[in-house]
Parts: sequence; structure tokens; C-alpha cells
Amino acid sequence: MANATTTDHIDIPERDYAAPAVHYLNWQYTASSWLLTLDHKRIAILYLITISIFFMVGGLFATIFRMELLTPEGDLLNADTYNKMFTLHGVVMIFFFLIPSIPAVLGNFLLPLMIGAKDVAFPRLNLFSWYILIIGGTMAVTLTVTGGLDTGWTFYSPLSTHFANTNVFLAALTVFVTGFSSILTGLNFLVTIHKMRAPGLTWFRLPLFIWAIYATSIIQILGTPVVAITILLAGIERVWGVGIFDPYLGGDPVLFQHMFWFYSHPAVYIMILPGMGAISEIIACFSRNRVFGYEFIAFSSVAIAIIGFLVWGHHMYVSGQSMYAGYVFSILTMIVAVPSAIKIFNWTATLYKGNVVWATPMLYAIGFIGLFAIGGATGLFLGILGLDVPLHDTYFVVAHFHYVMVGGMVMAYLAGLHFWWPKMTGKMYPQLPAQVCAVVIFVGFNLTFFPQFLAGWMGMPRRYHSYHPDFQIWNVLSTAGAGVLGVGFTVPVFYFLWSLFYGKTAGSNPWGARGLEWEQCTSPPDPHNFHHTPVVDHIAYPYTGEETLSV
Amino acid sequence: MNLRMFIPEQASTYAVKVDPLFYALTAFTIVFVVGLTFLLIYLGLKYIQKPGSGRRSVHVENMALELTWSAIPAVIALGIFVWGAVLYYDYRNIPANTLDINVIGKQWMWKIQHPNGLREVNELTVPKGQPVKLTMTSQDVLHSFYIPAFRVKQDVLPARYTTMWFEATKVGTFPLFCAEYCGTEHSTMGGLVHVVEPAEYQQWLAGGPSLTPVQAGEALFASMGCATCHAAGDASRGPHLEGKFGAEETLRDGTVLTVDEEYVRESIMNPTAKVVKGYTPLMPNFTSQLNDEDVSNLVAYIKSLSAVN
Repeated sequence: MANATTTDHIDIPERDYAAPAVHYLNWQYTASSWLLTLDHKRIAILYLITISIFFMVGGLFATIFRMELLTPEGDLLNADTYNKMFTLHGVVMIFFFLIPSIPAVLGNFLLPLMIGAKDVAFPRLNLFSWYILIIGGTMAVTLTVTGGLDTGWTFYSPLSTHFANTNVFLAALTVFVTGFSSILTGLNFLVTIHKMRAPGLTWFRLPLFIWAIYATSIIQILGTPVVAITILLAGIERVWGVGIFDPYLGGDPVLFQHMFWFYSHPAVYIMILPGMGAISEIIACFSRNRVFGYEFIAFSSVAIAIIGFLVWGHHMYVSGQSMYAGYVFSILTMIVAVPSAIKIFNWTATLYKGNVVWATPMLYAIGFIGLFAIGGATGLFLGILGLDVPLHDTYFVVAHFHYVMVGGMVMAYLAGLHFWWPKMTGKMYPQLPAQVCAVVIFVGFNLTFFPQFLAGWMGMPRRYHSYHPDFQIWNVLSTAGAGVLGVGFTVPVFYFLWSLFYGKTAGSNPWGARGLEWEQCTSPPDPHNFHHTPVVDHIAYPYTGEETLSV
Repeated sequence: MNLRMFIPEQASTYAVKVDPLFYALTAFTIVFVVGLTFLLIYLGLKYIQKPGSGRRSVHVENMALELTWSAIPAVIALGIFVWGAVLYYDYRNIPANTLDINVIGKQWMWKIQHPNGLREVNELTVPKGQPVKLTMTSQDVLHSFYIPAFRVKQDVLPARYTTMWFEATKVGTFPLFCAEYCGTEHSTMGGLVHVVEPAEYQQWLAGGPSLTPVQAGEALFASMGCATCHAAGDASRGPHLEGKFGAEETLRDGTVLTVDEEYVRESIMNPTAKVVKGYTPLMPNFTSQLNDEDVSNLVAYIKSLSAVN
């Protein structure tokens, strides 16, 4: 069955080592040229700045409650403040960082470049999507300064609809409005991928990042409206007393959980799938090898998007849901684990007989594979019925989803940012500090979240302001790790900003990478991306092993 | 560092059954992650790019390998699904002859009532070696009754009963937590579970109040006028209730259900929801007249009408 190919019929194109005189960043300088831009690349930069700010805000909330958790007593914050901190951390990180991170920043920047288009299909809609995020973000800030929110990001009824004393209705509207940013971005990307690929760029010649974005867009379009409706219904119940979820009004609180997780589980894949796409690009580039099992990785993204819609009930094994429903959701959950495992094996095998370069993005990518493997395997613990009973709603769950969301998605986002930064800015950041920083983040991350697996297994429930003294050791380690992680996340801000002014000129292709964005675009790209519509006549990732770095 | 930091107390039959699954999966995860890490580093160093070496990358495709590493995880995943499913079946199927205790959760305390009416708050005293069934409801938001040492947990919902069972295997005192976020004082909504020898439990119960839930329920049954329609032997206006608990009942729409705590509760609080075949929905709704404790007592009484002597 095995067949080996070398790609010696494809030449490595000439590189351009200088920056172009005119590019998308410098051809206009006015504020309106940014705030009213229809250029997908500038919109990507707007998203980058926006979500970086939200990431810092979300991180600040986490820093505050991690300090509270140093001691078992609730002594730094009062209980209500603590509850608001973890709620806002969840809301901000999920709706304003994780969901828009790779799709809206890297997706916006790269999608047209990778498929040889001049822009996305609907540039005005694209700008509008960013404004929706800004409106939603303004509402979130208003929410924070007018008393916050203390329902948990999950908004479970009847706590949210009847008992909470914070501004749940505003929070519901915030999530509702922000969701449209995600829906419209997904729609835009889906149409772009279908209609605007360069001549010759057939589906199986597409970079795997595009496959991942495609799968993500499907979930955004089909899933997000459901959470928007659900949260809005909860808001309506709260304000007008219409009984939908509150049993005292004739509603059903378990119905809320079904509707909420129908979106919010697939949303996990909105967060991780684009990360997987970025990892495929980076592993291929720095292995100097075509991705092993291209079709398997491509179809596993689609499989995850589809099966991911059928597993939501695994959040509800002890909710009062029927036992038989539990069986169905558990077996489907086991099935959805398989495509993720396939990806991990194919990425690893891509290194085989390649020419591996341990550049900064590759360090993040390798770190991603390891951490995502832990996140995925611990998902099995929670997906099987009998074992979820003790682990549900404990710190084991918190550790698991942070391994996927931070160890997976944030690492992938940082990998992608380090990979495409020279393309986005035309400047190269200093390598050694960046590599040290990647290691610091990896260590800090594990120190923060690994102890939480143990705290959870020992029985510590999540969302606890004060806790049993037996759990203190794990919380002290976790808080110490959060300090390291905080430093690790801050340093890149400085060297990225530094590189804008003092960084070496990157040239069109500093990594020796393959793909239209590297081979046919300058760094930074031209305002119109390509002077001539590119024609593609070969597979993705035709690496030969002889590509060299120029960093 | 001692072992107690990593290995939680194991104090119920379910804990004894579920722990091997946890440790087996942990071992599997360690082998998988260590193996993967080793492989990544090994391949990354063995095939490191040496500029000028002239070695070209070789792209390999191997369908047999693809199918193997798709099939093996699928088989492992299905295997552990079965293991977990069997345990869950045990966990959800309550054995006969349980000691029945009522639990009411409210912001932010647990109220416990024993079969003879003895009450506790934030403390649960149970005998060792006997299956205990908790019938639970909430007066306000969602809560979750969680005893880590027993590895059991069940959400507690307003206007509905959920049940959970366990059998303690060790005498001692174990923490009890609320696991479902329930508002301001969520983290203090906990308490202690005391496991005592059965004889000690009986002795402890004997010091309790005189009115059992069954007796309190009987008194309510009389004072609320339930007997007007549900008197013993008279099935003209409403079904009589003797021998009904645990038996099957056919509804007007032809559905057949087994009469359990939840159905009895629903029939008192929302009587028109599931009317027995042959009757018209006449019964008024008692939501405003009975609190959760009253309903628990009535359920206990109606249950006692079907007790096999």
C-alpha cells in the first residue's frame, strides 16, 4: 500500500527579500482608511487589536480569582465578586477571544491570500461583522462596569432567569448581538471558499487551513443561531416572566441545558478546528514535507463539524436526563474522538523523512500536539458515563477544557501568529526571545492546569470561592503557574511591537514556506493581494526539503 | 508528599467499581502522551534539516497505516464506552430494599429527612453496608448533591424529583458538596456525611421525633381533603391509591407508566398533566397550598399504601 514520492518536478520560486514600497499597511494612513476599510487584511488587523485587548481583560479576571484561590478561605474577594470574576472570565474569553481568534484574525487575513482571491466574497459584510463585535464588546464592558454578571457563562436557568441579581438581560443581549458577528463571518467565508478559489485550486489542492475554516463556518452558521435564541428566551423569561425554562412558570430547566449545549458543544469545535488548520500548515512547513494523510486530515475536520452536533448531551449525564439518552450521547462522544486522534497521528507522521526545522512556530505547534493530546484523552474520562459521575462539575473538567482551549487553541493561535506575523507586518521578531517565551508558556501552562486534574479527582467542585483545605496544595501550584503563564503571554506583546519598529525586514517568504500567500505575495501584501490572478497547477505543500530559512 | 494527596478516600461500593476505570484510563493516557512526545522529539531530531546535506524530504502515503490508526482508537473508545456504560447502569438502577431518605436543596443548605422523620441540616447520617436511596428536590435553583468519597453526584432540580443511591463501605465522616453553581454562597453549600454502624444508626434514629413522613403525610391527606375523591376502595371520582405505587397505570392517551415518586409528585402539583384512563381531569392544582416537604410526606404516605407487609 505504501508509496513514497518526492516532489522534484516543482521548483522553489524566487524569493523577494525586500519589502514592497506600497503595501496594504502604508498605502493610506487616515483613521477612516482603517475604520471604514473593506480590505480583509486591515479588518484582520482590527480584529487582532480588538481580541488582544479582550484577551488581556479576560486574563486579568483570571489573575484576580487565581489570587483568591491561593488560600482555602474566601478572603481576598467577597463571594459575589468572585462569582462575577469567573463568569466574566468565561464570557469574555469564549465570546470575545476564542471564537473570533483564529477565524476572524488569521482567517480573515489568510483566506483570500491562500485561495488566490482579492478579498472575501462580501467585504462590507466583513467590516460589518467587526462592528457587531465592537457593539457586543461595548455592551460587555457596560455590563462589567454596571455590576457585572454572576450566572456563570452557562446561564443555567432558573438561577439566571429568576434568582440572579445582576443584569442578566444585558448579558443575554450581548451574547445575542455578538453571535451575529460569528454567523456573518462564517457565511462570508463559506461563500468565499466556494466561489472565489483561483483557477486550478481544486478542493483537494486547498491548504488544510481552508478545510478547517470551512468546517468551522458550517458550525458557526448552523449552531450560533440556536444559542442566540436560547439566551434571548432566557432574557425574555427573566424580564417578562414568560415560562420557558423556569419550572415555577411551567418551564423546564433541563430544556435550557439541551438548547444551550446544542450550540455550546459545537462551539468548542469553532474554537479548536481553525487551530488544527493552522497547525497543519505549520507542521508541513517546518517538516519540509507534504502533510501525511491530507485527505484524512481534511475529512476529519468535516467529520468533527458534523458529529460534533450530536454529542451535546454529554454535558448532562447527571442533569436528570434519561439514562438511555446518556448512552446515545456517550457513544457518539467516543466516535467524535476518533477524527481528532487521526489528526494527531497524521501530524506526527508528517515529520517522518522530512527536514525538520525547530523554528518558533514549530515549537508552539509541537507543544500544541502534546497538550491537545492530553486535553483529548481527558475528554474520554468525561465522555464515558460511569466515570463522568464523580468528575462532572469538578476541577477535572476545568483542567480538561483549558488543555483543549488554552493548551490547544491559544497555543495554535500563537503558533499561527508567530508563523504569519512576518507576512502580516513585513517584519521579523527576534527568534531567541520568542523561542524562550514559547517554552515559558508551555511550562507555565502545565503548572497552572495540571494540578487542577488532581484537585478535581480529589473532589474539588468548580466555581468555588472558598474550598476544603485538603485542596490547597493544588491551588497554590495552579496560581504559581498562572503567574508564569501571565509573564509568558505578556512578553510576545513587547517583542511583536518591538519588531514593528526595529525588526528585520522579513521578505516575502522568510520561512521558505509553500502556498500562495508566501510564494505570490509580498510581505506585507499588496493592497490588492495579487497583481495577476494566480493559477494553481499542483497539490498543496509541495515541499522538497531544500527550502531554507532567511530569518 | 503522601499518597493521600493523589488518591481520594474510597468509601462506597460505587467508588470501588469506578476507580479501576479511572486508573486504567490514566495509565492509558500516560502511555499515549509519553509515547507521542517521544515520537515527536525522536522524529524531529532524526529528520532535522541539515542545510547543504542535499537530503530531500520523502512524502509517504500509507493507507494501511491510516486505517490502523483510525481503527485502534475507535476500538479503544468503544471499549471504554462499554466499561463506563455498565457502571452507569449500576449507578442509575436503584436496588430493592434501600433505606429511603429525602433531600431538599435550597440556597444554600441541604435539608435531610430520614424515614422516621428525623431531620438534619447539612449533615447526612447513614448506616454502613446498606443501600441508601436519596429522593431529592430543590426549592429554588439547580443544585447538585456530590459526595466525593462515594464518587456519586446527582443534580437536584426544582419542581421535580431526582434520585441517587449509594452503599457506604467505610465508617467515618466525609465531605459533602454542592457541585452545580447555585449563586452567591455556592461554595459553602456543603456539609458532612457520617457513616455509622447499622446498630448505631438505629439507635440514633430512635432519638428522633415521633411523627414519621408517612404519619405526617396521612395527616395531610386527611386535612387537605384528599379522601373526598381518593378514599380507600372508592374509585368513582378518582383512582384509589392502594397498591398503586410501583405498579403500572394506563393514561388517557394510552401511555403506560410505572407509578413512582416523580409521578405522584406531578399528580399532586400538576394533576392534569397525566390523567389516568377512565377519569376526567377534575383535580385542582395544589402548588400554592403545599410546600416541598408536605409533598414529600404525602408521597411517603401514598407509597406506604402499597407497602408489602
